[in-house]
Amino acid sequence: MSAGAHVTPTRSNPVASFFKIEGTATALVFVVLIVVFMLTAPRAFLGYRVYMSFMASVPPPLIIALGLTLVATAGEMDLSFPSVVAFASYVFAFLFQQYDMTWLALLAALLTGTAMGFVNGLVVTKLGIPSMIATLAMMFLWGGLLTVVSNGLTVAIPAIDGTLIQSIMVGRVGGIVPMQMIWAIGISIFVWQLLNRHRFGENILFIGDSLKVAKVVGIQIDREKIKLFTLMGFLSALAGVFLTVETTTYFNQQGQGYLLTVIAAVFIGGTSIFGGSGKVVGTVFASLIVAVIEAGLVASGVQGFWTRFFIGLVFIISVVMNTAIEDPDKVPLIKSVRSRLRQ
Amino acid sequence: MTSTPIVRLENVRKQYGKVVSLKNVTLEIGSNEIVGLIGDNGAGKSTLIKVLTGVEQPSSGTIYVRGQKIDAASYSVKEAHKLKIETVYQDSSLGEKQPLWRNFFVGRPLTNRFGFIDVKAEKKIANQIMRSTIGFRGVGIDVDTPVSRLSGGERQGVAIGRAMHFDSDLIVLDEPTVALALKEVNKVLDFIRSIKAGGRSCIYIEHNIHHVHEVCDRLVVLDRGEIALDAPTSSLTYTELTDFLMSLHKPAVAS
Repeated sequence: MSAGAHVTPTRSNPVASFFKIEGTATALVFVVLIVVFMLTAPRAFLGYRVYMSFMASVPPPLIIALGLTLVATAGEMDLSFPSVVAFASYVFAFLFQQYDMTWLALLAALLTGTAMGFVNGLVVTKLGIPSMIATLAMMFLWGGLLTVVSNGLTVAIPAIDGTLIQSIMVGRVGGIVPMQMIWAIGISIFVWQLLNRHRFGENILFIGDSLKVAKVVGIQIDREKIKLFTLMGFLSALAGVFLTVETTTYFNQQGQGYLLTVIAAVFIGGTSIFGGSGKVVGTVFASLIVAVIEAGLVASGVQGFWTRFFIGLVFIISVVMNTAIEDPDKVPLIKSVRSRLRQ
Repeated sequence: MTSTPIVRLENVRKQYGKVVSLKNVTLEIGSNEIVGLIGDNGAGKSTLIKVLTGVEQPSSGTIYVRGQKIDAASYSVKEAHKLKIETVYQDSSLGEKQPLWRNFFVGRPLTNRFGFIDVKAEKKIANQIMRSTIGFRGVGIDVDTPVSRLSGGERQGVAIGRAMHFDSDLIVLDEPTVALALKEVNKVLDFIRSIKAGGRSCIYIEHNIHHVHEVCDRLVVLDRGEIALDAPTSSLTYTELTDFLMSLHKPAVAS
């Protein structure tokens, strides 16, 4: 009896209301992981270098994950982004190498990605193919087209070292903080504002919540979805250019490795797979989590194969946590435990 | 009803593929009247409302709003809102996971010129609507509460409050009392009366004939896509109305 009474009230519980703040659960998982790795791999995690390297490598997948958070909020999916990342990277690297373009190459790469996103949006809305399938097809299509265009070659652009565009995009502030992290934080704030404070975000929330309701309240569903996929294409391309400028190379498989980790980050962060709810702050911390697990396990001396295992484990824990915070009864196991406690 | 009707449908037909939902409907809604729309499932009530409110375009026929012919191709929910026609659907007017304040303003948020929403202003107005217009005193309910936590009656209240706030001339209620407790049904009926008191018109779609007969000025019966009856409520007693509705089913059985 007393145990049951102890579990049920959540309304004015300060702990519960703390976890209602967007992203706190994911942030907590992140902090726990950091503490664990400080214990298991003190040499790496007590120094600042490992964090510097996170801040250099996390921004590209984070920027993609921010876009995908919006897509998932609308109840849609985009699997084509690895090919968009690669295509934009190639366009940038090629124009830089062949024509010494810098800002124009950036502009061209972004336009390419935006156009690809726009086409994705048309395929999803006008051909009526569910986005999961449509964008899977588009991943093959864009990826295949890129291999044809690029002959599958690698483009190295070491000459970008020391250029203005490099120091603005991926330079080190005070010799320590990578510029791309500052850009990524700026983009995160922008995307948060877009989702939570802009009419476009509101339309996305209602589209993901219920298409019927969205239609009835006068949201132009197709137009908003096309905008959404276009934005996703733009952000994927931007991520691609950041990656290329940081690594000074384009290679044929660029961006392919992001597919599963980016999707994982979006849902670890608490965004609903069913649409209607998107957690930008959660996505930011979840992107860090995915990177920290990879680096942390290796630094702790665990074999690299275990990385995926632990990402999977953290994935499940995070999603369950996020669901339980929203409504504990949505998790069948917690529900049955609670009802047993009440008896 | 001497003034021009708010809405006039003329020979409206709507079909989905081979299925004809509306055959040849001509219907007027005058100013400041409550019209009860009755009919079986599949009689075409929902389709009629969708056509009227711009959710679906008619296959043929003409719509007039305040005497002005409407271009069917460009008639949309947004247009209907501009013409002060508002709909409250039984179950699909509100976004379940979204907070109340968003539900009041979705589709026409208060934004600056860059499209960013003035959340403070929206919450303030939403709070006023809840307190005064629909008299919400629900415990633990505020403008940040997601719709999924509201009862059926409270949801109708929110949707109805929204329609009131946007000052519509014609409010369409699609079975607002379905799945409501008796006490909440009475609230909804009171609201329907207040629509009339406020000088507005209302189309009230309902299964419960008793409710319709109680509050409506005029009754329209739809049967298999056609209007079977269009008469002032005063010309029929409740019993006559039910007898008429029962008689509609007889030919179907005979044939």
